[in-house]
Amino acid sequence: MPITVKLFASLRKGRFDEDTRVYASGITGRSIVRDIGIPEKEIRLVFVNGRHASLEDLLADGDTLALFPPIGGG
Amino acid sequence: MATPWPYSHPSGEGDVDKIHDFLITHTQDGILTWVVEEQAAQEFSLTYQEVELTALAAGIMPGRYQKNRNTLSLADQATLLKSHVAVIGCGGLGGCAIEGLARIGIGKMTVIDPDSFEEHNLNRQILCTINVFGMAKVDVALTRIREINPAVEVVPVRDAFSKEKGPEMLKGVQVVVDGLDSIPVRIQLGEVCSNTGIPIIHGSIGGWYGQVTTQMPGEHTIREIYQDYSGEEGIEKDLGNPAFSPALIASLQAAEVCKVLLGMGKCLTRRMLFFNILDMDMETLKL
Repeated sequence: MPITVKLFASLRKGRFDEDTRVYASGITGRSIVRDIGIPEKEIRLVFVNGRHASLEDLLADGDTLALFPPIGGG
Repeated sequence: MATPWPYSHPSGEGDVDKIHDFLITHTQDGILTWVVEEQAAQEFSLTYQEVELTALAAGIMPGRYQKNRNTLSLADQATLLKSHVAVIGCGGLGGCAIEGLARIGIGKMTVIDPDSFEEHNLNRQILCTINVFGMAKVDVALTRIREINPAVEVVPVRDAFSKEKGPEMLKGVQVVVDGLDSIPVRIQLGEVCSNTGIPIIHGSIGGWYGQVTTQMPGEHTIREIYQDYSGEEGIEKDLGNPAFSPALIASLQAAEVCKVLLGMGKCLTRRMLFFNILDMDMETLKL
């Protein structure tokens, strides 16, 4: 099933901005993050179809997974 | 300690009429110039804030706010002048927020920061110049606010925010600006604000990126954003922070402060704006 992955801010560096990839059904955000090769500690905010989500959530056909890094400077 | 408003001034209540008459007589085109404001303050032994509030109540706009007109009304300016805002952290975000809030005429500002200025602050912290290395950030903030707008009462607190001291530090504060640089302390600040009924405007920056959101009392948006994050810092640890990121995010924070105080427009409650200045993208995230 196709899943669109959107990366934000520094997560794009050396990777991509947006990519639609095909995965087996029942996949979680965490497995996709591993597949792309992003260390999990670099991700803070996870959105699925624009809704605040968790990496443990199961994804469905055509979902969009958006990943953001932690920003803490002042 | 500022005189409460409306006040019974030691020089006599009859003076209120005299002040009113003085201001009316010396006003041109509905504008109170700085020169006349100074004269009124001296002649009637008033603070600048008292002079400005008297003028605003009489339908006179202090000259410094005249270009706010039709964006902010006389009544809006008076509301801001009677408001108390705390800025936690006087670095990149805090410095820019303080600058904007002083210019717009927030009547009382508590500024909190334990640190002194160092050379590496120069690239982005508007309060930092080569002349203030080693000086307490809150003392420099006090000087800057007084140079911009003497009608603003300033409470400098040279101390680190903590959840233990927080409720005392924020007593009487109506809105908080998050200008911290530590994720765990941010979460603590957010929780203290949530539990003590104070809206907080969260902002944070890292490299080309920044985020801003508004958390109302009872909400836990800041805690939700960072969740169980164990680190002290985010991507800014590697990327640093250039001049424009704090200026952008802090301007939005200052605007949110005014909107919350005035009940204007739509605030960023349960929404977060995430900026990518490098690619000039902005995402609105529903939280």
